[in-house]
Order: sequence, then C-alpha cells, then structure tokens
Amino acid sequence: MTVKESLFYSKDHEWLKIEGENAYIGITDFAQHSLGAIVYVEMPEIDDYYDADDSFGTVESVKAASDLMMPIAGTVVEINEALEDEPGLVNETPFEAWMIKIKLDEGFSTEALMDAKAYQSYCEEEA
Amino acid sequence: MSEPKKTHLYNQHVALDAKMIEFSGWLMPVNYEGIIEEHEAVRENVGLFDVSHMGEVRIEGKEATAFLQYLFTNDLSLIENGHVQYGMMCYENGTVVDDLLIYKYHTESYLLVINAGNIEKDVAWITEKAADFDVRINPISDVLSEVALQGPNAEALLQSLSDEDIKEIGFFQFREDIHINGTPFLVSRTGYTGEDGFEIYGSHEAIKMLWDYLLEKGEPYHIKPCGLGARDTLRFEVALPLYGHEISDSISPLEAGLGFFVKLNKENFIGKAALEKQKEKGIAQKIVGFEMSKGIPRHGYEVFDGNEAIGYVTTGYYSPTLKKNIGLALINATFAKMGNTIEIQVRKKRMPATIISKKFYQKQYKK
Repeated sequence: MTVKESLFYSKDHEWLKIEGENAYIGITDFAQHSLGAIVYVEMPEIDDYYDADDSFGTVESVKAASDLMMPIAGTVVEINEALEDEPGLVNETPFEAWMIKIKLDEGFSTEALMDAKAYQSYCEEEA
Repeated sequence: MSEPKKTHLYNQHVALDAKMIEFSGWLMPVNYEGIIEEHEAVRENVGLFDVSHMGEVRIEGKEATAFLQYLFTNDLSLIENGHVQYGMMCYENGTVVDDLLIYKYHTESYLLVINAGNIEKDVAWITEKAADFDVRINPISDVLSEVALQGPNAEALLQSLSDEDIKEIGFFQFREDIHINGTPFLVSRTGYTGEDGFEIYGSHEAIKMLWDYLLEKGEPYHIKPCGLGARDTLRFEVALPLYGHEISDSISPLEAGLGFFVKLNKENFIGKAALEKQKEKGIAQKIVGFEMSKGIPRHGYEVFDGNEAIGYVTTGYYSPTLKKNIGLALINATFAKMGNTIEIQVRKKRMPATIISKKFYQKQYKK
C-alpha cells in the first residue's frame, strides 16, 4: 500500500492535501484496494458545506456503495469532473484522483488527522 | 451465533489470496482478482467457481416420482432418465420454499440440489411432506463438494481431460461416471451464468484435487477462479432468480415470471390451487427489468411512480458486460409496462428509470 508523505489522513481512509486556504480530498490506496473496481463516484454540489465526519458523497464498487466522509470541515469549491466518465482513475491513481476541492474553515486544525507514518501504522492494524 | 462453515476448498481460496466473506452461514470467496475480471473471464473464456455450499438430497423409493410430483411445480414425467429439471417447491399459498434442480436417475431415484441458505428449511419441509409416501429421504450435503466450470471454453477444457464424450452431455443432461485424472465425477450441463458450462459433483477429496487440476490444465483456455461476486453479476445479467431476491416466501413463481416452470396441468402439487387462482385473477405484483442512465440501482432501493411507492429493487448492478446500470424490481403489476418510466430512490436522490425486457444479455446455452 502506498502512503504519500505530505498528506493528512482520516480513520475512514480519506486523504487531505492542503494548499493555502483550500484543500483537496480523495481516498487512499488502502481504500481503493478494499473497494475493488470503482464504477461510480457521487459528488456533492458546489457551495455545499460539510462538517468533519459528514458524508459528502458516495463511491460505488460493483458490490456496494460506500459513504465518503469529510476529514475536515469546509465548503465545496470544485468537483473533479474527470471522475464522472472515468471513475476507474480512483483505482489507478488514488492520490492524483482528487474528488473535491474545499475552502477550509477559518482557524482550521489538522489535530484530529493522522500524518503518513501514523496512517501507515493504522492500516497495518486494520489489515 | 455459530461459526460460519467452510467448504473443503477453503485453504485453496486463501492460497489464491481470495477476499472471503460470509454468505448464508458459509465463509466463501467473493472475488480473487476482481469481480469484473472474473465476470469477463466467464463470458469470454472459462471460469471456475466453488459451489460446495449448495445442498443435496437423495430421494429414493417406489413412490419417489409421485412424491416429487406433489412437491415440485414442474413436471418430472416430461424428462427422461439422465436429465435435469429446474423448478420450485411452493407453500400452499403459492409462494416459494426454494428453487432447485432435480436430477432424474430413474423413476425411483432422484437427486435434489438446493440453495445453501435453505438447506435446513428444505430438508425439514421435504421430510414433513414425505410422511405419507413410500420414499427414503437422504440428505447428503455434508458428503458432496461441487464446482461449476462456466464459459465458452468449458467444454473444450473438460474434453481435453476426459476420455468420455463430453459433447454428448446435452443441455440439462448429466452423467455419473465422467473420469477426470482417474477419478469419477457426476457432471451436468447446467449452470447459473447464462454461458455454456458444467456443474461437477464429487467427494471432498476428489473436488479438492479437481480444483487445482482444472486451474492448472485450464491455463491455455485462460481459466480464472471466480467468486460469489461474479456469480451474482453473471446470473443477474440473464435474469436468473436468486432466492430471497426475485423469489421468496412472499413472491410466487408467476409473479417472478417463472410460469414456464410451473405446470398447472399436472394432477396436483403443493400450491397448485393458489397459483391457478392467481393466474385466473391476474398477478398483483411483478418482477420487471429496468435501466437507468444515472445512479446504480441496488437490492432494497424503493421504486416510485410520482409520489407513490410501488415496489422495490430486488437486484441491481452496473452490468460489466452491457456496461450500463440495470436492475430487476418487484412492483405493482399495474405499472409493469414495457417503456414505462419509474423512479428509483438511490439513497438521497430519486432518479428516473425505464422498464425494459429482462433479457438483458442473450443466453449462450448449447441447445
């Protein structure tokens, strides 16, 4: 399982990439591997606001639909349209296939999230 | 809650890195390489499934035929020795106890093959109903293992491993004495995928040997081990019913569109009166096929006509072969017209769908 260094991780296997006051969110290699082939990604609308741990969408594999959970609170400013035609990109390049871009809350904190090393250990325990 | 059971091929699945899940009280492989790869392998080449969780019951005796004709919706007098028939056992009210295959050795000797999740219920039902008949009921699920070899290359592969004439085993026929690697097996040309293929029964040791042997010898035929995930997407694409979904103790064979396997002109069978009445009055609910362009339908999702809830999805998937979102639903018969628009509640959103023929994919049986 690959784990990228500069990102933050949630217990639900989403990753967070912070860029100034915005952030990108996707799912990890561990997540795409356990889901199997992804056939559809259901996205939220632009301007939707979600709290940390809210469900912002769904990722569907052949067998089941799984909720996507916000690793941190924020407002949706962009969704990755490429995933509409090619949901399989999430399996191929999970750390490039971002799902949503959000504007972070003022005074946000990443305290509740794991860094790469902590996430790696977390995955080893889960497996 | 008791521990889930393992088939005798369990260690072989683990060795192949299968993702294991619990199904009907059994620990089974849901996939190895991936559901879509395995599904395509069966449609294009050949796939091998462990189906040892299925149940088997031998029925023998002077009144075996009379008993089974009473128990079963189809007409066993229509098939010869060495043939298999599909049908259902029904309750008095016409709903389904289980769907099953009946193998006819001869008029006093049969083999019933029943669903894994219904073994205990079925054996109790069969035993109770046999009370007044001169028959012996012998449950042998614990004695047999079973694999299914399915796909356009299945016959060629099996022929390459057997001295017997595999071509001679016609559709829904069986032979008890097919030798592979020196070991005898019961082989029928039956299956649950819509492709040509075989179901193979044997002792636990024999089937364990056969699993490895077929995967090894099947390499030039591009064989893949396949799990329950692909088993479900494959049967769904040809609208074969799954007990608990398209048929159940609240759905009759007529409502499920399986009237072909119900012979109402038979003298008598359990549920006949109720089914005759249902046929006369017209069915109140019906299984239909549908497609949708956005959203993937799934088992349990509600179906609407405007604001009226009219039924629910029995099975739904993104179809790997047809590459579109399709489903089967049980809905009020009044709305069950080809071309009708209905709506499917896909989690928080209600999405449009169109009723289409259940013949999603054309079956490729050797007839």
